Amino acid sequence: MPDAPVLDIDALLADPRTRTIVCCGSGGVGKTTTAAALGLRAADMGRRVCVLTIDPARRLAQAMGLTELDNTPRPVVGVEGDGSLSAMMLDMKRTFDEVVESHSDPERAQAILDNPFYQALSSSFAGTQEYMAMEKLGQLRAEADREGTWDLIIVDTPPSRSALDFLDAPDRLGTFLDGRFIKILTAPARGAGRGLGKLLGAGLGIFSGVLTKILGAQLLTDLAAFVGAVDTMFGGFRERAEATYALLKDPGTAFVVVAAPERDALREASYFVDRLEQDGMPLAGLVVNRVQEVRAPELTVEEALSGAQRLQGEEPRTAALLRLHADRMRNAERQARITRRFMAAHPGVPVASVFALAEDVHDLEGLRAVGSLLATSRSDP
Amino acid sequence: MPSTDWPDVLLHVVSGKGGTGKTTVAAALALALARDGGQVMLMEVEGRQGLAQLFDMPPLPYEERRLASVPGGGEVWGLAVDPEEALLEYLELFYNLRRAGGVLRRMGAVEFVTTIAPGLRDVLLTGKAVELVRRRDKKHARAYDAIVLDAPPTGRITRFLNVNTEIAGVAKVGPIRNQADGVMAVLRSEKTAVHLTTLLEEMPVQETADGVAELEDAALPVGGIVVNMTRPPLLTSMADLTSIDAGALTSSLKAAGIDASPHVVDALQAEGVDHAARVRLEETERERIAALGRPVYDLPFLAGGIDLAALYELADMLHEQGMA
Repeated sequence: MPDAPVLDIDALLADPRTRTIVCCGSGGVGKTTTAAALGLRAADMGRRVCVLTIDPARRLAQAMGLTELDNTPRPVVGVEGDGSLSAMMLDMKRTFDEVVESHSDPERAQAILDNPFYQALSSSFAGTQEYMAMEKLGQLRAEADREGTWDLIIVDTPPSRSALDFLDAPDRLGTFLDGRFIKILTAPARGAGRGLGKLLGAGLGIFSGVLTKILGAQLLTDLAAFVGAVDTMFGGFRERAEATYALLKDPGTAFVVVAAPERDALREASYFVDRLEQDGMPLAGLVVNRVQEVRAPELTVEEALSGAQRLQGEEPRTAALLRLHADRMRNAERQARITRRFMAAHPGVPVASVFALAEDVHDLEGLRAVGSLLATSRSDP
Repeated sequence: MPSTDWPDVLLHVVSGKGGTGKTTVAAALALALARDGGQVMLMEVEGRQGLAQLFDMPPLPYEERRLASVPGGGEVWGLAVDPEEALLEYLELFYNLRRAGGVLRRMGAVEFVTTIAPGLRDVLLTGKAVELVRRRDKKHARAYDAIVLDAPPTGRITRFLNVNTEIAGVAKVGPIRNQADGVMAVLRSEKTAVHLTTLLEEMPVQETADGVAELEDAALPVGGIVVNMTRPPLLTSMADLTSIDAGALTSSLKAAGIDASPHVVDALQAEGVDHAARVRLEETERERIAALGRPVYDLPFLAGGIDLAALYELADMLHEQGMA
């Protein structure tokens, strides 16, 4: 059986060199709860922590006293000791607007904010969230470094495989910016149509014809105005994306991949681990949530079931408890098998297994309990 | 023809919170819909190759492939939609411009549409689903009797399905606008049902309730709720699980030939208490689901995992409960 090292949560949180923790993983595995529990535990240990969550469940948000989505970190009351905890929910559109405002003069910024194409892009389109989560992380990091507000930032990532899209952002923006597409789109805005004409002359008739035909003249005008307006901003965008990428690669960053002991979730976790390794990102380890707890593993499935059968008539209560135990044992064995497969494929990746809770987290005490489960876990479920 | 709860529906959209098994439910529903000899298309859009894994096949290309032949002559087809290919197909379909694809690609325009502005990706994906709904063969019969869409998770489903109304804000007239309006007309019609998958746990149920409200606000047709991975009730009542004292438990275990240490006795009692708490929680969640007023379908947790045989088993259960 492969032996995975234990992910030592307390050592990770206590180490002053740990300045950013990124929690990633597929949806439904308790990623946001894990991020919040890590944040509270670190704060209880005396660190000054900011937790950035993407879309917390209502009760978890309430547990941290988050009642409004105003894109600003709010202090969480109830930290033990000298540390502090702030928490915020990401407002994707607000963050995008801030980027626009900080990169343009007020007049140009307003033109962008009013553009229908920008409004659709910033508020409704999938994928924007991933970019904006990383943008916000960059902002918080810069604020922390500048003002010393926090010494640890923990960020939750959007629940999709594209959660790792931010790793590709600098590259993508580069391809896009260096492509001729943007130049053609910006041409009419620059030269009131003359630019486009010139390009048509340069043998690009088919392309512009396609665009006009597909997009329609009005949309093309809006789009060109949008791209023209953000043209100056894109350089800044790219620099920021590159800065964020560098921040993620920094040894002060720790990626924690979160999963549940199920086939699909661990397959996603494998994908994340591979991708992070490929990009040379600092992986701290894997947290496996929702592990079935068995309180008396010494009583085997066979013993329990044969006992239950014998007692069926005369002592139904004991029989029921034995069947329940057998059921839990089987489930735990299945989970352990699946988790060991991951460990065999990724030897050396530290693992922390956390037992399933009967109920969701409703308050800070619940969050604290999750934190202590995380810190006292073993690698082998 | 057995009656189902969704006789007019051609497009079954299956969503659900991550981890609730929506791909499994979508596949089981497709098999159930093919029972009467129908041709059913099962479409995935998130690039995860979940269908190939589920049906134990190599990764699917962007091509309609047969996944299963159902007893009775029905067939389930699979399609993993690739946004780039969908874009080129879209150009071909509406503008007869496939040749332009190469030019667009060199320009970085394909990159722009499929990644920089990922919302446009959703336009292409929903457009593809509607194209499959509308498709006719040479005899003008429907090419597919039903389409099952393994859709993005509940948190994103309304935005995903509603993306074409965003287009209306951007394109006031023209072919894009017409296409967007046409797609929305199908998605909002009685030909579409958006089913939500959940577990009997607090967060997935909350997300399901939020999802239903959002879909209704956006005038999108909410379908049924599939409660997945339910566990069979133990034969005894909850009171039985928590009422037995340590002495009685020890002696009855001895009678069953189990020489239990005090630790084992404690552990069994604690497991009983855990389970009772869990059952109470599930009952509360089930009431919340019932309060949503939608048809509810139950699928059990299958300890052996999901393979093709298990999918057929689940399909039968959906059929018996009237979902297909």
